[in-house]
Amino acid sequence: MTQGLTKTYGGRVTALDNLTVDVEPGIVGLVGANGAGKSTFIKIMLGLIAPTSGTVRVFDLDPTSQPDQVRNRVGYMPEHDALPPDVSAAEFVTHLGRISGLPRTAARERASEALRHVGLYEERYRQIGGYSTGMKQRVKLAQALVHDPDLLLLDEPTNGLDPAGRDAMLALVHRIGTEFGISVVTCSHLLGEVEQICDSLVAIEGGKLLRADRISNMTEVSDVLAVEVSEGTQELADALEKLDLPVRIDGRVLLVPLEREDTYDRILRAVADLDLPLHRLDQRRHRVAELFAPREKADV
Amino acid sequence: MSEASVIHDIGYQRYEGPRLGRGAVFNSLYVHGLRAAYGFGRSAKAKIFPWLVFGIVSLVAVILAAVRAQTGLLPLNYIQFADAMSWLIIFFVAIVAPELVSRDMRAGVLPLYFSRPLRAADYVGAKVAAMVTAVWALLAVPQFIMFLGAAFTAKNGMSDVWKELGDLLPAWGYSLLWALLFTSIGLLIASLTGKRAFAAGGIVAVFLMTTPVVGVLSILRSTDAQELAGLASPMTLVSGVGQWLVPDANTGLFIGRFGPVYLIEAITLIAGCLLLLLARYRKVASL
Repeated sequence: MTQGLTKTYGGRVTALDNLTVDVEPGIVGLVGANGAGKSTFIKIMLGLIAPTSGTVRVFDLDPTSQPDQVRNRVGYMPEHDALPPDVSAAEFVTHLGRISGLPRTAARERASEALRHVGLYEERYRQIGGYSTGMKQRVKLAQALVHDPDLLLLDEPTNGLDPAGRDAMLALVHRIGTEFGISVVTCSHLLGEVEQICDSLVAIEGGKLLRADRISNMTEVSDVLAVEVSEGTQELADALEKLDLPVRIDGRVLLVPLEREDTYDRILRAVADLDLPLHRLDQRRHRVAELFAPREKADV
Repeated sequence: MSEASVIHDIGYQRYEGPRLGRGAVFNSLYVHGLRAAYGFGRSAKAKIFPWLVFGIVSLVAVILAAVRAQTGLLPLNYIQFADAMSWLIIFFVAIVAPELVSRDMRAGVLPLYFSRPLRAADYVGAKVAAMVTAVWALLAVPQFIMFLGAAFTAKNGMSDVWKELGDLLPAWGYSLLWALLFTSIGLLIASLTGKRAFAAGGIVAVFLMTTPVVGVLSILRSTDAQELAGLASPMTLVSGVGQWLVPDANTGLFIGRFGPVYLIEAITLIAGCLLLLLARYRKVASL
């Protein structure tokens, strides 16, 4: 659906260097450090800036030569503050709906709908200036949804949100991608949040493609069990070693590969034998982060 | 924020209705701008200044019409009326231009506009059209009040009304020139900054600074210099064009044979400002 070919973007600074990527519909995470070229990539997809060389296709359309057709089907949520403080959310989203070409009544209906979907139905007649950061992010998302796009481009949707707000925003993006039938490209410099909700992942660094694949392909490596005990971590590790379980100590957590069916039971028995207070025992998927381990440390 | 998940439970509906083209989008941005110029859809505070100016200008027109009806004297004709109101127009421009463009810049709304099927030229065009209409209405409505006053007290019936209309229409054109020139200068200055106060100050300053230049030039010895002095300030520039095109307007400005020069400068100035404005938004749109 979003098909990127070769894009070099030059001038004095090369933001994207010969990037070739082909993305399937669904929720796509675009990760990279600040300045890796994520925003540039999005702007090229919107036709706001033309690539220096190479071509982009969005829904088989060229954003450079057919920006109107592309933008009709794309919703964009910018990274920075983009809301006037002295109008209500309902009014503002309606106005932008009209700028997207919706007739007056349709724009009003769609604006209420979009605000309802992002959870701002009750507050929609209040002035945006009085909103919290989380609510403002939701208004920005609502304005990207108002004209019912087929693709959403979200530039750092969780920017400035507290952990609860971040989870709520990610859940919302996930809903949009799965239940609303809208493809989403979401940008982030935090791999952890993107891997929770995305179907596939595009990692770029310094304008170059690092890796692009489906999350499932990246995480299909065996799962691990994380064991945490309040005390006696070392004793438990030794006990598990004796049971031929390859233990890795990661801070206060013991990581044991889930290789056989009975691994679970054997760990539980070992904990019970040592009479240790078990804090937690859960299954953890191989984090995508581990695939980019050295880079990830540099970013976060 | 957790209540959101409850609200979400009603399904999402796709939009199947019509999507209008750029013309409709331009139109809605134009109407939005025109409303914003007079503070509609804004807080009460935003309505004070535009309506104050509009009120004063209209009041002057009503008084003029009344004086004329009572005494038969004509203190100011339509064109002189526009000139006399010049400072109020500048005041109005200094309020409205930042309201139309600086505000969008300040709030960072532009990326939301330009990620939609809207071009820089559409945005600039709609804003200019909205503001020209707003400034023109500021002059044209009071001029129309004066016309109505004259028409209803006309002594010789329809022929007087037609004659009066013959005076009104060029004056409306003259007001349009005012609107065009002041809008293009005002919007260009306002588009350079997101701070409303700076934009308003800048606009007033430009008009304020150029007036003394005219004063200095007009007391020079050379008649040519005196007759060309009006070119130095937008206000006298408009008067000069009016004087040349409607000789019996009696603007009090001596332009000699330089009428065409005034017109050429006015057109160049308008076109130049609009092109710069467009160039500015071409650049902003790609950010």
